[in-house]
Amino acid sequence: MLNHIWFWMIIASLFIAGINDIRNSSNPVKPDTTEEVAKAEKKESLNEKTYLGKVTSGAINAAELGVKIAIGLIGVMAMWLGIMKVAEEAGMIKKLGHLVRPITKRLFPSIPEDHPAIGSMIMNIAANMLGLSNAATPLGLKAMEELQKLNPEKDTASNDMITFLVINTSAITLIPASAIAIRASLGSASPQAIIVPAIMSATVATIVGLIVVKTLHHFNAKKIEKKNS
Amino acid sequence: MEIFKTLIDWLSLLAIPVMILVFIGYGYLKKVRVYEVFVEGAKEGFDVGVKIIPYLVAMLMAIGMFRASGALDFLTWAVSPITNLIGMAPELLPMALMRPLSGSGSLGVMTELMNTHGVDSLIGFTASTMYGSTETTFYVVAVYFGAVGIRKTRYAITAGLMADAAGLITAVLISQLMF
Repeated sequence: MLNHIWFWMIIASLFIAGINDIRNSSNPVKPDTTEEVAKAEKKESLNEKTYLGKVTSGAINAAELGVKIAIGLIGVMAMWLGIMKVAEEAGMIKKLGHLVRPITKRLFPSIPEDHPAIGSMIMNIAANMLGLSNAATPLGLKAMEELQKLNPEKDTASNDMITFLVINTSAITLIPASAIAIRASLGSASPQAIIVPAIMSATVATIVGLIVVKTLHHFNAKKIEKKNS
Repeated sequence: MEIFKTLIDWLSLLAIPVMILVFIGYGYLKKVRVYEVFVEGAKEGFDVGVKIIPYLVAMLMAIGMFRASGALDFLTWAVSPITNLIGMAPELLPMALMRPLSGSGSLGVMTELMNTHGVDSLIGFTASTMYGSTETTFYVVAVYFGAVGIRKTRYAITAGLMADAAGLITAVLISQLMF
């Protein structure tokens, strides 16, 4: 699926950028005064003016950004992996997993009891709810590592990984802090008014996501059964 | 509402210090050689960061091109007849389409919408609810699967986007009801 989406996003970008450029060049916006003409000529190179130029720099800037984000993650990642390792050696992650077993048994039926994946996932979800993004990503990646240990096919996503991912992408955040901060800065009469509707929407997203995932797991299992029989 | 927010704010503030205290403290009491074990765990941090680079570059490149090409305007035009059916203002469509693609991009669209239509207008309110209703699916898929070297993501994107759509539509409907 991702192969198709990725390919079509890139092709659509190039195609639409090309069409936009052709449309712009066939009826260019005529500057009115001589002053504007001079300004337009001086200010914009072809790279900034055309959509294809923007797409090119968009791709290159994004590639640089990808490395920046990944490198920026190394510090907090190392910190949380260190703390989690201490907690694991002390037996805390297992205890935590045991505590939430009644809930996670249904969501992740194939994870053995007491597996450290459960504890890591719960901590990631809790960090997400509290809006602690600096902790949530490292804890989530730790959970993915644990799930990968249980995964028989190392280059293919397991059912449990997809379930975990969907819970994450529809993350319920108790306080959508950045949205509230911007609302407050723009002078909203009640910046926090979005808290309850946002929680409700995210809950619907999570429930729908889980239903979709469980249905797809089910059909997938049947398909494999058929193949084997 | 005010009390709830203060409570959560304090909980968020205390969560990390308490977690560090409890984990390291409990480890120490259990006679774990805390410093040595911490270092051993932390050394994997670098590998994870390096491992996600190719995945993140691939994903962000496609998204960066898509955003720069003006494709979003085209998609807005194509999808608007459907969203008109639930009474969603066409101004909100770029927000909905941007949300799963880019966190900073959708934050920008949200701010822009609140600036032009007013923070406390229906559009401003809905945009900020939409922002809080889901996460950046494409980014999460790239980083989480990238960290463990998974290339075949199966139906993860499909499920993630369907969850996003459900959350965004709910945000629109609830905002309309509350107004």
